[in-house]
Amino acid sequence: MQTFFQTLTTGLSDGAIFGSLALALVLIYKATEVINFAQGEMAMFTTYIAWALMGHGSTFHWWAFFATLGIAFGGGALLQQTVIRPLERASVLTAVMATIALLVILNGLAAWIWSPQLQFFPSPFPTSSWVVGGVHISKQDVGTFGVVMACVLVLWLFFRFTKLGLAMRAGALNPDAARLMGVRTSWLLALGWGFAAALGAVSGMMVAPTVFLTPNMMQAILIYAFAAAVLGGLESPVGAVVGGLGLGVLLNMLGQYVHPVTSELRLPVALGLLLVVLLIRPAGLFGRVVVRRV
Amino acid sequence: MGALLELSDVRARYGQVAALHGVSLTVEEGEVVSLLGANGAGKTTTLRSVSGTVRRTGDVVLAGKRLGRASPEAVARAGVAHVPEGRGIFAELTVWENLRMGAYTVRRPDFASVQSYFPWLQDRRNQQAGTLSGGEQQMLALARAFLSRPRLLMLDEPSLGLAPLVTREVFRVVSELNQKEGVAVLVVEQNAAVALAAAQRGYVLETGEIVLSGTADELKSNDAVRSAYLGY
Repeated sequence: MQTFFQTLTTGLSDGAIFGSLALALVLIYKATEVINFAQGEMAMFTTYIAWALMGHGSTFHWWAFFATLGIAFGGGALLQQTVIRPLERASVLTAVMATIALLVILNGLAAWIWSPQLQFFPSPFPTSSWVVGGVHISKQDVGTFGVVMACVLVLWLFFRFTKLGLAMRAGALNPDAARLMGVRTSWLLALGWGFAAALGAVSGMMVAPTVFLTPNMMQAILIYAFAAAVLGGLESPVGAVVGGLGLGVLLNMLGQYVHPVTSELRLPVALGLLLVVLLIRPAGLFGRVVVRRV
Repeated sequence: MGALLELSDVRARYGQVAALHGVSLTVEEGEVVSLLGANGAGKTTTLRSVSGTVRRTGDVVLAGKRLGRASPEAVARAGVAHVPEGRGIFAELTVWENLRMGAYTVRRPDFASVQSYFPWLQDRRNQQAGTLSGGEQQMLALARAFLSRPRLLMLDEPSLGLAPLVTREVFRVVSELNQKEGVAVLVVEQNAAVALAAAQRGYVLETGEIVLSGTADELKSNDAVRSAYLGY
């Protein structure tokens, strides 16, 4: 039972990271139908910026965390305006190719600026654990989960209760109608990319202490995030977060209780699961099947 | 003081197909003008050439200002509320959220007067807009457009898919908004009888050109209009 709960908390912590990156993907997908393949590298790049702000040191600074969120937000918005916006009239596939180009560019740029070597990234949380009823609960796991979920909550509050958030939702649902209401949709898309980039930066900074900082650190995580987003139905922000948490817990449980599933098998299992879900429910767990009347 | 809206020699095309061959019309302050014509005559394109949702040449002047290449959002902010074909309701959002979107550019939205024109909306405020009936959606689109405090309301086929009684109710509210709030209305309709009953003036479009114009009474008694659009 103790192992179960420990596995559960680690799973939720991993899952929060998959979920936040998945949510970032969904934010952009819902607004533009573009799958942003550069999402992981954007997160990695901003994590390097955080590391530089912290003086490449071994102590975590919250001011640097928040400064990085601001930089990520600005950078995301800038990328949208300079790279994605000019492709507005092109096909979605063109924009997707552009994000793949961004992935490669950011990856190369990070290796060039900061060298491809593994770096230590400090955690804001102590490595000790709480012991509750014989269960060791890692403070890092709880902290990671808490920070990510707090960011998701802030984002949810923004979309649910502010006028700008409402306009972004309306713009994603029906951009033409939103423009007729005076909404400057192109500007809101930049805002959406900003939020996605900031959310990605959170996941990057939270995962870096455990996986170490390298230019490739987000690549596997991005694939888990894709799996989580698709599991949730790609259109559903709640689905993305739940999908991420579920995937994190499942992978940790399998690793713990099903011995053949070693760390080498984690990625194949995640994608195998993805295929099974898609075969049974093509629209994902939280997605709606779109029926078009002709 | 010139007209509120003035189109001169407006031309528009969809790819190779010309939709408007030089349309000129005016809407005066506080006036209801209807634009009649068969399917494909260019009525919708005329509205879209005002709201900036189609590329056009020729001048569109709103309250003395040329709109030039203004984007749809800029035209909306200049005081034109365009209820497009199919109403442009955000089906997945609630009624209340749709109304808030209508008031997007307004600092202090007047929800109270919307309430007085559309009292039933209050009970439905948390309902998903897509689950409203067609008539209710048209009313919601009207309420939403009115919340943006437009100087000009452009309605594209408000009667589309509605029962005659509901259509009459929609036009009653349009007339009320026009008379009490002084909003000018440019309405596109296939249902010429209802449209001419509500309007002071009208234009008839045929294959992208204005072929006839006059007061509502003149049009109602015009033989060509009677046989083509009124059916008697």
